[in-house]
Amino acid sequence: MKLWKTILTAAALVLSAGTSAFAARDLVIGITLEPPHLDPTAGAAAAIDEVLYANVFEGLTRIGPNGEVLPALAESWMISDDGKVYTFKLHTGVKFHDGTDFNADDVKFSLDRARADNSVNAQKGLFAAIDTVEVVDPATIKITLKNPQSSFLYNMGWGDAVIVAPETAATNKEKPVGTGPFRFQNWAKGSSITLIKSDTYWGAPVSLDKAEFRIVPDAAAAVPALLSGDIHAFPFFPDPDSVAQTKDDPRFKVVIGATEGETILSINNKKPPFDRLQVRQAISFALDRKAIIDGASAGLGVPIGSHMSPANKAYVDLTGLYPHNVEKAKELLKEAGLENGFKATLKLPPPPYARLGGEIIASQLRDVGIDLQIVPVEWAQWLDQVFTKKDYDLTIVSHTEPNDIDIYSRKDYYFNYDNPTFDKIIADLSLTSDEAKRMTLLGEAQKILADDAVVGFLYELPKAGVWDAKLEGFWENAPIQANDLTKVKWTE
Amino acid sequence: MTVYLLKRLAIALITLVLASMVVFAVLEIIPGDPARLMLGLNASADQVELLRNQMGLNAPLALRYLHWAGGLLSLDFGRSYTYSVPVIDLVRERVVVSLPLALIALALSTIIAIPVGLFSAGRHGRAGDTIAMGAAQLGVAVPNFWFALMLIYLFAVWLRLVPSGGFPGWSAGVWPALKSLILPAIALALPQAAILARVTRSALIEVLNEDYIRTARAKGLPFRAVLWRHALRNAMIPVLTILGLQFAFLLAGTIIIENVFYLPGLGRLVFQAITQRDLIVVESVVMLLVAAVIAVNLLVDLSYAVVDPRLRSRQ
Repeated sequence: MKLWKTILTAAALVLSAGTSAFAARDLVIGITLEPPHLDPTAGAAAAIDEVLYANVFEGLTRIGPNGEVLPALAESWMISDDGKVYTFKLHTGVKFHDGTDFNADDVKFSLDRARADNSVNAQKGLFAAIDTVEVVDPATIKITLKNPQSSFLYNMGWGDAVIVAPETAATNKEKPVGTGPFRFQNWAKGSSITLIKSDTYWGAPVSLDKAEFRIVPDAAAAVPALLSGDIHAFPFFPDPDSVAQTKDDPRFKVVIGATEGETILSINNKKPPFDRLQVRQAISFALDRKAIIDGASAGLGVPIGSHMSPANKAYVDLTGLYPHNVEKAKELLKEAGLENGFKATLKLPPPPYARLGGEIIASQLRDVGIDLQIVPVEWAQWLDQVFTKKDYDLTIVSHTEPNDIDIYSRKDYYFNYDNPTFDKIIADLSLTSDEAKRMTLLGEAQKILADDAVVGFLYELPKAGVWDAKLEGFWENAPIQANDLTKVKWTE
Repeated sequence: MTVYLLKRLAIALITLVLASMVVFAVLEIIPGDPARLMLGLNASADQVELLRNQMGLNAPLALRYLHWAGGLLSLDFGRSYTYSVPVIDLVRERVVVSLPLALIALALSTIIAIPVGLFSAGRHGRAGDTIAMGAAQLGVAVPNFWFALMLIYLFAVWLRLVPSGGFPGWSAGVWPALKSLILPAIALALPQAAILARVTRSALIEVLNEDYIRTARAKGLPFRAVLWRHALRNAMIPVLTILGLQFAFLLAGTIIIENVFYLPGLGRLVFQAITQRDLIVVESVVMLLVAAVIAVNLLVDLSYAVVDPRLRSRQ
């Protein structure tokens, strides 16, 4: 063995000759999915924001590491007393990466483009409340809303609402041009996307000279990529089970944070027998969240009792409403006239939380007499059959959009849930800007969803980040799906 | 010979046309809407419809097939839905990874398999044969993605000889690029080499029982010379057949191996395109692979004629 190692080490010396020296201001970040293109205003893929948000593109406002709204291209703003007119004061001296100046015209262009009739912005709803966008002067923009919208400043911080230049908007998919601290350098398709520091950035300069996002699609390949030093950081580590392999290694930092991903067992509320409250409640009683988190998420993840992240200020703990209770579940099924149980299908999309969680849930529901047939589906099929055609009984999915409790009030949404009382609360909520009142309304909304057992609430999806222990400045939580590199630096 | 050649060519062409129909039909039937996939959960039905129109997805199936197949004839592979660049550009970027990888793997597997086959056949039934064939059996049984991971842990994590994956591009220099193809090529080649070695061995053993071999031995030729000069050449037909088939398996194998080593090759492109329902890319790349496999089979057919003069004179 010793001889072998000597021979191989000798070979290593030969092979490694010519490898360039490692520069301490460069960073290689692993991402699992390749963005389909590089324009955050023209696609829903989270991978686009994971590379470009806050790094290359900026909006009027931005979302901070804990989900707070921070100023970005707008240095300050004023809101009229009726809550309908927002006047933003813009930073001056800001340049796009192609050298052209940024001003209020670009803001008007970007917002009008996003809300136009032929716009294919994936989050067009963010701009629905906007009535007019007016340029007051090059450094001031006035936005008038059709009705007061409490989440407007937050909405303007989304990746889909970043400011682009009219000259380059059409080519951003291939060659993104923004105002951020990094500018786009190169995209080797299927392999990596490289950003370099922008010398003309208006804000605080970043520490890194170069950031390469390398695409590692296979979870099994992510661990050796870190161990071999080929990749320095995996802020969204694909497989929580493998985190253990790096946890005890002093060379790495493993950080478990919160996301906005409510992982739920979605129920088709219109399809018998799920249209009956007792049946849905029986399912909630049958679920053992602890076992699901242990099995599907390596024990990471916080149980939830309604559709709200425990990290959110408005969170109400409703996990005690339906404790794991097989007897109670059976009783409820009997009340519903289903004491002999019934058969149903459980459609599972590809992520491990769904495929692993699905098997556990199927066995838990079997204990109360519900016999589930597991149907694995791809994302494309899931979107088609479950989400669009609502052809399903049960499915497991993580709703990763932030502050998205309003999805339960959407007409024709795939839950098939319809509750006028709930809809009223959501409608009131969007008109309310008083913080205390909002919290009350959000609390009521959570309570209704839990009482109605609309879906089986499971747990908040954890964000497992692994990076070189000499690095600091990464986000611990993921209020939005982004890899903000503005504060990231090597400590030695 | 000309008739033989023309017949083979005609068969190849018909296969191509049939394959294009099957590929197109199958991919259009599988569920999943590319437009919905691009826009995500928050987009409205109207928006999805708008994008479908922009992408030309609402035209009748037959029309789209003719459009696509007609494009293929003039080497126009269409535009990718997701990347919105010509498919041919994507293919050009990817083929410089996959083709060298497949060729290195094919060369490696041949270089390993033929000598092992010769060695085993020469020692038929003795200890060396048993050990070599036992190893080959193991090579066939081990899944290549697992083997790939073991290679990564040994050579990339422990010894740090080569990168754990990724591809720096040929622009980074021939050596760094080759270095990142070494492990994937080995992972692809070994299972193939194992099969090829077994085929070579059994073909040789069969030939070694022929009368002319006994004659060659009887006239005093040493065994080694008989094995190389008389037996190997006659055993080549089944070996070539398997080699041709293996090319197709290598192309399929790259889909798995390119994922494990995150190489930006054709296999990754197809895999990614399938999950994103980038149908035009899948269809075009699959057709390209079909064409490659048919071309290789044609070459194999022709090489029979080179190896076996009887096939040349018969027609």
